[in-house]
Amino acid sequence: MRIDLEPRPARSLAVDVAAPILALAAAILIGGVVVWLLGKSPTRAFSVYFVEPLLEGWSLQELAVKACPLALIAIGLSYCFRANLWNIGAEGQFVMGGLLGGWLAVATHNGAMQGALGGWWIMPAMLALGVIGGALYALVPALLRVWLGVSEILTSLMLVYVAELALDYVARGPLRDPKGFNFPQSVTFDDVARLPFLAEGERLHLGVLFALVALAVSAFVFARTLFGFEVRLVGEAPRAARFAGFSDKRLTLAVFAISGALAGLAGIAEVAGQIGQLQPKISPGYGFTAIIVAFLGRLSPFGILVASLVLALTYIGGEAAQVALKLPNDMTRAFQGVLLMCVLMADVATRYRVRIRLGAAP
Amino acid sequence: MKNVSIKLAMGAALALGLAALSGAAVAQEKLKVGFIYVGPVGDFGWSYQHDQGRQAILKALGDKVETTYLESVPENDSERSIEQLARTGHKLIFTTSFGFMEPTLKVAKKFPNVKFEHATGYKRADNVATYSGRFHEGRYVIGQIAGKMTKTNTIGYVAAFPIPEVVAGINAFLLGAQSVNPGVKIKIVWANTWFDPGKEADAAKALLAQGADIISQHTDSAAPLQEAEKAGKLGFGQASDMSRFAPKAQLTAIVDDWSGYYVERTKAVLDGTWKSTDTWDGLDKKKVTMAPFMNMPDDVKAMAEKTTADIASGKLNPFACPIMDQSGKPAECKGGAALSDAQILGMNWYVKGVDDKLPQ
Repeated sequence: MRIDLEPRPARSLAVDVAAPILALAAAILIGGVVVWLLGKSPTRAFSVYFVEPLLEGWSLQELAVKACPLALIAIGLSYCFRANLWNIGAEGQFVMGGLLGGWLAVATHNGAMQGALGGWWIMPAMLALGVIGGALYALVPALLRVWLGVSEILTSLMLVYVAELALDYVARGPLRDPKGFNFPQSVTFDDVARLPFLAEGERLHLGVLFALVALAVSAFVFARTLFGFEVRLVGEAPRAARFAGFSDKRLTLAVFAISGALAGLAGIAEVAGQIGQLQPKISPGYGFTAIIVAFLGRLSPFGILVASLVLALTYIGGEAAQVALKLPNDMTRAFQGVLLMCVLMADVATRYRVRIRLGAAP
Repeated sequence: MKNVSIKLAMGAALALGLAALSGAAVAQEKLKVGFIYVGPVGDFGWSYQHDQGRQAILKALGDKVETTYLESVPENDSERSIEQLARTGHKLIFTTSFGFMEPTLKVAKKFPNVKFEHATGYKRADNVATYSGRFHEGRYVIGQIAGKMTKTNTIGYVAAFPIPEVVAGINAFLLGAQSVNPGVKIKIVWANTWFDPGKEADAAKALLAQGADIISQHTDSAAPLQEAEKAGKLGFGQASDMSRFAPKAQLTAIVDDWSGYYVERTKAVLDGTWKSTDTWDGLDKKKVTMAPFMNMPDDVKAMAEKTTADIASGKLNPFACPIMDQSGKPAECKGGAALSDAQILGMNWYVKGVDDKLPQ
């Protein structure tokens, strides 16, 4: 017996839309059974997990705050993935962006380096440093690939650990708060070095707007520009791209730089918006989760927007379920896994037809 | 396929409808106490002991309080989790790791009517108290035991992060060991994690391979101790009595006992007498206790019991002066006859005899 996956010749829009919704429904059913087996009410769990976080202004804000870095990184990654280049190191680019931008915040703490200028330039400069830090860091694996043919998958991944250790070093060493009892963290940033919040006393920061702008611009780039076409062509038909006169080396550098820049921007937005100081760790794995977001969103800007919100919802709903239903944290994680499996299976099922052939293989 | 899809869609619709019906919350007047843990409750170390404290509250005041916990909360993304508890009516919230300090303060500012208790931090506010244990007292005791029990004169030490608490632990341990065995050496491996059984076990294996015959640990899982057991060597439990994981290897364990403090603070909220305080006690108030001394000869056991009692009564101070730093220079004695609390809480130097360079 053998099982074949045959590509389906054409797909309708209806199937494309229905597949993820059905996948979500299937995941909810599976999750519901597990919750029921744990002796809790599945309907209550569904409500706490998926409905209540969407009804309160506070949790909606938190949803946006959590989705922001995921969407920013994922949209950057979609440039690489569309070009069939595998940047697995967004986590490191995120950290480097946060580190470089955060350095400026610490260096200008309490009016240092400001002189007659005042502090107005600090925030824009921090953002610029974040973008530059991420982009330069992403260019390392890109250059290694272009010059020496080194696999970007390995180098970009390994550089994550280098970035994490670099941040760890500065948070414990040179940028440590001298009055902080020797604990490994920087001073808390001054107000001029904090990303403005969209409303007083709230958590929704300007980074959320960056994510929306990045998504909108990318949608335009992919749909309407020559560069967007080039990215796709190099990914799908590299030979044809070369015949058309596109340089895949130049493109490799470009998509890595864009991807790194957006990850770096997400990093500095997280440090200057959400955290407000440098710590030995600034990311709970956003750079890796964003890879999932990019694929769940099928590398399209709108899809990534939705996927980042859905993933953020699973985190926030999961916490709510721990509080309201005393469900264990592992249940949240397991449910995230079930959800991803369902979506990916639905994806395969819409793209391919499964053929089971009985008898010996030819 | 089509039929299945229809069923799925109906199921989802049904679930939605039911959810709307069951959404109403149950009215409730019990005091809600919330906990934020950095690790899983099943780490059988740090977070596990805090959860034991939570259960002690339930046992003592179960008719008046209700408790909730969030486990494995990442420190750099904890503000939302803390606020989640504050928003859902929790009036007393314990955040049980150093990294929760800034987020706790931020949420506390927004919720002036909620009381917060932050473990191992140093920043307070009107509604934020801090508390910790003098764990280095226990480290001195196990250091003495190790100094007596080692045959190779080499002790392995699996450490988490070079923060003052861990550094003070290493120093107290070595001072204890040197007090009974001047020739003793310790080797340190930084695991750079609080809880990662794989990494912790690797660290312990490396130390055993370098000739250590006793493993001490300042990370939260039982893995290093289990490695010692497997190798037929000895070790100490961390935060919790881990003898069930290593019945032949565990000499004793430094047990963090938060129960008394948690019950006391919850009572204070119930009585309306809660105030922002900074509590740092140890063997004297039984916040730090020693698990039964075992797998050792009677004379070592007697010594360990005496040391424990002496520290508890104040007769013995693990950081009594003079104390030499790594270069052999005596440390300034800001606390009179011993190092001051501030010096211990900010400790970033090794005492003489530590064979390691402090990661800076």
